Amino acid sequence: MLKTTPFHARTGALCASHAWRRWAGYVVASSYELSHEREYHAIRSAAALLDISPLYKYAVRGKDAARFLDRVMTRDVGRSQPGQVLYTPWCDGAGKVLDDGTVTRLDGEAFRVTSAEPNLRWFLDNALGLDVAIADVSDSIAALALQGPTSRAILERLCDADLARLKYFRMTAAKLRNAPVTITRTGYTGDLGYEIWLSTADALAVWDALIEVGTSYGITPAGMLALDVARIEAGLMLLDVDYVPANKALIESQTSSPFELDLGWAVKLDKEQFVGRPALAAEAKRGPEWQFVGVQVDWGSFEALYLETGLAPRVPAAAWRTSVPLYAGGEQAGYATSGVWSPLLKAYIALAHLRSRWAAPGTALELEVTVEHRRKRAAARVVKKPFFDPERKRA
Amino acid sequence: MSARYDAIVVGGGHNGLVAAAYLARAGKRVVVLERRERVGGAAMSEQIFPGFTFSVFSYVVSLLRPEIIRDLDLPRHGLHVLPLESTLTPLPNGDYLAQWNDHDQNRRELARHSPRDAEAYDEFGRLMHLMARAVKPILGMVPPDPASLAPGDLAGMWRLGKYFRGLGPERFHTLHKLLTMSAADYLDEWFETPALKGTKSASGIIGTLLGPRSPGTAYVLLHHYMGELDGVFRAWGFAKGGNGSVSAAIAAAARAAGTEIRTEAPVAHVLVENGRATGVALANGDEVRADLVLSNADPRRTFLELVGEKHLPGEFVEGIRRFRFRGASAKVNLALGELPNFTCLPGRGAHHRGAISISPSVDYIERAYDEAKYGEFSRRPYMDIVIPSMIDPGMAPPGKHVMSIFAQYAPYELKGGWTDARREAFGDAVVDTLAEYAPNLKRAILHRQVVTPADIERIVGISEGNIFHGELSLQQMFFLRPVPEWAKFRTPVAGLWQCGSGTHPGGGVMGAPGRLAALAILGAGR
Repeated sequence: MLKTTPFHARTGALCASHAWRRWAGYVVASSYELSHEREYHAIRSAAALLDISPLYKYAVRGKDAARFLDRVMTRDVGRSQPGQVLYTPWCDGAGKVLDDGTVTRLDGEAFRVTSAEPNLRWFLDNALGLDVAIADVSDSIAALALQGPTSRAILERLCDADLARLKYFRMTAAKLRNAPVTITRTGYTGDLGYEIWLSTADALAVWDALIEVGTSYGITPAGMLALDVARIEAGLMLLDVDYVPANKALIESQTSSPFELDLGWAVKLDKEQFVGRPALAAEAKRGPEWQFVGVQVDWGSFEALYLETGLAPRVPAAAWRTSVPLYAGGEQAGYATSGVWSPLLKAYIALAHLRSRWAAPGTALELEVTVEHRRKRAAARVVKKPFFDPERKRA
Repeated sequence: MSARYDAIVVGGGHNGLVAAAYLARAGKRVVVLERRERVGGAAMSEQIFPGFTFSVFSYVVSLLRPEIIRDLDLPRHGLHVLPLESTLTPLPNGDYLAQWNDHDQNRRELARHSPRDAEAYDEFGRLMHLMARAVKPILGMVPPDPASLAPGDLAGMWRLGKYFRGLGPERFHTLHKLLTMSAADYLDEWFETPALKGTKSASGIIGTLLGPRSPGTAYVLLHHYMGELDGVFRAWGFAKGGNGSVSAAIAAAARAAGTEIRTEAPVAHVLVENGRATGVALANGDEVRADLVLSNADPRRTFLELVGEKHLPGEFVEGIRRFRFRGASAKVNLALGELPNFTCLPGRGAHHRGAISISPSVDYIERAYDEAKYGEFSRRPYMDIVIPSMIDPGMAPPGKHVMSIFAQYAPYELKGGWTDARREAFGDAVVDTLAEYAPNLKRAILHRQVVTPADIERIVGISEGNIFHGELSLQQMFFLRPVPEWAKFRTPVAGLWQCGSGTHPGGGVMGAPGRLAALAILGAGR
């Protein structure tokens, strides 16, 4: 049976839409209200409260914990400071991405890793001979994301930590009312926001406290549909949607390297050794075959396709997650994997894989669009990610 | 009697019917001669107890080749395959291991036993899927002989060589392991949960007198992974109406194509004149003539009984004599007044709609094998159980059930031979073992039928009751099945062809030998 999260007593009661989605063996709300629209706007103008408990979480501890993580992750974990959070991919021996997630340095020898897929076996196999203990703590740690411009004010009312000084991608331990929590200034929305990690026993008390204090700040429980719009605006990729993890790929062309996912910045080739390094060093030299880019559809061209059919243009209010061909100069240049109408930017945007020769910002493309059962092509161009990047995210 | 046919098919098992259908569709005048009062051979359904229908022998569908389903339009001729949803392995300690269809549900269940195994399971499944895909084209081809210099063989080997090079190192190395290792050793590389390894290893020993630790059984594991329905590998199903419906659908397709099917027409021998088959003589003395004679019987029966050694080269006869059968599998068919109530999962549940496997560990199965190795039946056998009436209510009266128990090992060569008493003693061993996990079983039994390899031989006519018409072990597969140099359905007797499971690629209600034999005949005629 599918599991419910530690917040289900609250989220279940709120879910007027009865729209649930599967996530890592749990059910979470797609949207609470009948439409996700208000929930999305809460992310950008107030504060959205998201139940992200289904994330896989691993506790990594021991004298060699940093060494182990440096062996697996492409980023330099050894050089991170206690209280720092790193976003990083990790790869198989061929330098193809297996998963991506965060590594939080809780203290000198203790880390917490989050991932989209189960990774215990991979981690254990790569920890052989090291003094490190790795435990799957997915089911014992509940997690909430509080995302949006008023998120800081809400948390400041509730906990003792100095959030004004908590920088982007940093972590602090705190007491939220009476519950011990860790708060990271991280998220999947590209906005000012925090993620709160807590014992499942405190889940309902923390949820209630946030709602109680947050209501006057516009706190709004939000589901996965709203998050999907925000993460595309933020240019953040999603495993299984935007890329196939190497250990699930059935053919080689389904795999992607970090360079092909625009994560070259997270590959620290100056590290002595890590899984996939030789292959990645070689790829860094010759340059990636593919790149992961932002694409914006040209409105005039898009609208014309509808007008010539006698219809008004229809934009995707909810994000789509299918592979859509992109063309350049008559041939297929790549494919988009996620796309949505951005209600904030008033633009039709998509995340896409393009062969490197067509990946430069400004490159003219065509996106396949189906209008009244007929396949057409709308003009589009490569744009820089993230599509939306407010100053408050880091300020 | 001298009606002229182009082809005679001796034996109306599913392969004979498939071959007949393909030949008839190509315009041949075909007659199928079946000894029994019904077609289907070991793929048949029968009401052995009023109101209760049993797939008496073979009992699931999965390996049936999709191209046959398409070519013969079997759904239109009545084939309806219903899904088998799960596998439950009850354990002696009162716990269980379940494998569910749903990925999340399955992962959570496996993680209860071992988080590592839960993750390895996906990768194992992915690799076996890749391997099944890698080997699948071989099932669809007439096997080339690597020792032959004939142009057809050379071309076939060249294609195969190119194909294997294209597999890439991961798959090629895995194939090597699968061909050489035991199922138990191979699974040890992947998993740590005893019940998972036991249940998976069972696929490696089905139908053979080998244990999970015998080398070569890893390949048989893969053979079962090739089960394919709707293009999905590793999907097993249950034919509505029992496995007799598979045969009935193929027979209907064959008839629709113009095939004549005669039951209660036992063939006494194949007529051979000047080294050429010219027809068959029936037990009643009638003769039926045709240019082509196809034998759906197993190789031993075909050559040593129906043809006769005097028409065959000595070396060939030796090869056929050495071809190993060693039936090891029995069936226990139960009519039940109520569902078995499993101690590990009390009450009625989804697990009743899937397979139930008595395979708590590799050791358990290997111990069962140990007894058979020395000519005894297993006191605590490996069992694969389904309750078809849960999936197809037509199999039993409302509220009642039929249970099909495939049990191993019950060796054909039982010390002292199979008698009625020994057969029932084995039935008792099966029921006693299962009742340890479902205590209400004995009280629920309304009727019991036990089928040993000796019974399979007697009723269906398969030598030593081997369910695959000869063991699926590596030394008698592919270009060695049934004997080297005669693995392409042809025989030393011109005009006589083999089309049963004793030829490539083997048994398992695949239909592939029947189809490939027909295609080989049609190709040869061109």
